[in-house]
Amino acid sequence: MPQSEQNIQDTIRPDASPDVPGPGDAVQQPLIRFEKVVKQYGDNVVLRELDFTVQPGQRVTLIGPSGSGKTTILRLLMTLEQIDGGVIWVNGDPLSHMYKGDHLVPANEKYQRAVRKKIGMVFQQFNLFPNMTVRRNITEAPIHSLGVPRGEADERAAELLDMVGLKERIDEHPTRLSGGQQQRVAIARALAMRPEILLLDEVTSALDPELVAGVLDVLREIARTTDITMLAVTHEMGFARDVSHRVLMFDHGRILEDGPPDQIFGEPREERTKSFLHAVLESG
Amino acid sequence: MTFFTDSLPIYLNGAWYTLMITVGGCALAFVISMIFGILGTMRSLVARAIATVYVEIFRGVAALVLMFWLFYAMPLLIGYRLEPVVAAILALGLNVGAYGAENVRGAINAVPRAQYEATVALNFEPLQRMRLVILPQAWAQMLPTFGNLVIELMKGSAVVSLIAVSDLTFVAQQMRTFTGETLLAFLAALIMYFILAQIFLFLTRMAERRANRRLGRLPDRPAKKRAIPSMAGVARGGES
Repeated sequence: MPQSEQNIQDTIRPDASPDVPGPGDAVQQPLIRFEKVVKQYGDNVVLRELDFTVQPGQRVTLIGPSGSGKTTILRLLMTLEQIDGGVIWVNGDPLSHMYKGDHLVPANEKYQRAVRKKIGMVFQQFNLFPNMTVRRNITEAPIHSLGVPRGEADERAAELLDMVGLKERIDEHPTRLSGGQQQRVAIARALAMRPEILLLDEVTSALDPELVAGVLDVLREIARTTDITMLAVTHEMGFARDVSHRVLMFDHGRILEDGPPDQIFGEPREERTKSFLHAVLESG
Repeated sequence: MTFFTDSLPIYLNGAWYTLMITVGGCALAFVISMIFGILGTMRSLVARAIATVYVEIFRGVAALVLMFWLFYAMPLLIGYRLEPVVAAILALGLNVGAYGAENVRGAINAVPRAQYEATVALNFEPLQRMRLVILPQAWAQMLPTFGNLVIELMKGSAVVSLIAVSDLTFVAQQMRTFTGETLLAFLAALIMYFILAQIFLFLTRMAERRANRRLGRLPDRPAKKRAIPSMAGVARGGES
């Protein structure tokens, strides 16, 4: 694969600063590239030949009406859905496919595990494991899927819980925590895998309003202190504006508008974007 | 009353055989349940076909006839006669295992898909997903039905009396023949079966409560709002 050398350069890139490769920037190989990606459920085409790229360190917010395909993009990246056409590239390696000779064939489980290692996801409904304490929720994956020694994993779990403000709850069952606390644990759990890419799927949508701020603060902190690449589907426009480098407006499986938050929120070009933002801000 | 006191040792001996066959049958049934239950949840068509074939064959076979076949017919084929107790354990285990496999399959499928998705997002291997996340959660769901199957297997074990294993039923029949006390002979057996069933039920309820606690679900009557719910404290709270 010709990309491999470049991969190494990407990962040791010293200037992975949060101040931004812009959308059109093609200076370096994109971390994520969707190439003519198609996804459909039966006759319902969710994504039609979608093309877009994300640069390393970029924080991208996906907005748009429900059913416009935003969540599907995250789920495809996390390999929770099968792709129906096109190729997804992560760091130059195909995610949905693998090379067999010079041909791309659908990826098998083993190959997908290797590529997927770079990606972490936080879900709308938290999806913590109820059969484990908070600590084990965070440590089991690093121990079993990365081979991190238990002591090290425990230390890291304590650090991460401290960061999300839940150090004291480490030995409790997740069911005893509030939704907001559970979501913060879920964020810690995803970070424990040291992903390069963090996918956030409507992470505050299932929370009571007064718990939203705590979760968003944690994410702001992560954005401020790390250069982790983020893709967030969210209806929290304030958060999107503060944190993201770039906003993608989706409608019917296509990117309707793509630009920095100031432009999208300040002077949207498309009528559809205007009406969508209007509707969201009204209700929020 | 003298009937009961005099014949107690004999009945206890019968109960011991019943217990042994039940425990042996359950152990076999459990292993079979897990293997074919998990196969039944796999994506591979072959795995699922194997599970379906097993379940449909052994669910549809009478344990009694299966035992007769293993004990009387199989020696004609392989020239070796199984111990009656072994034939009984095999027949009951294979039969109840088919029901158990369906139970396991159902319980695994009942674990929310979101849990599976979280294991993918954390990059677990397929076996780790099952062992660390899916099975521990399905376990709580399996236990009530497993409890019923244990009782069913224990009662079904009475068939072994027909191949001269001296279990509870066999003993009761002998007592009846020797003493002529038909009423008492079978009443004693009924009571013994009942007591055994209560013991098994008690054990499965304990296991259920423990499994639910591990999932962070409170027991039926929670020991309310204690700041530190020590395991033992909650267990005793639920008992009282």
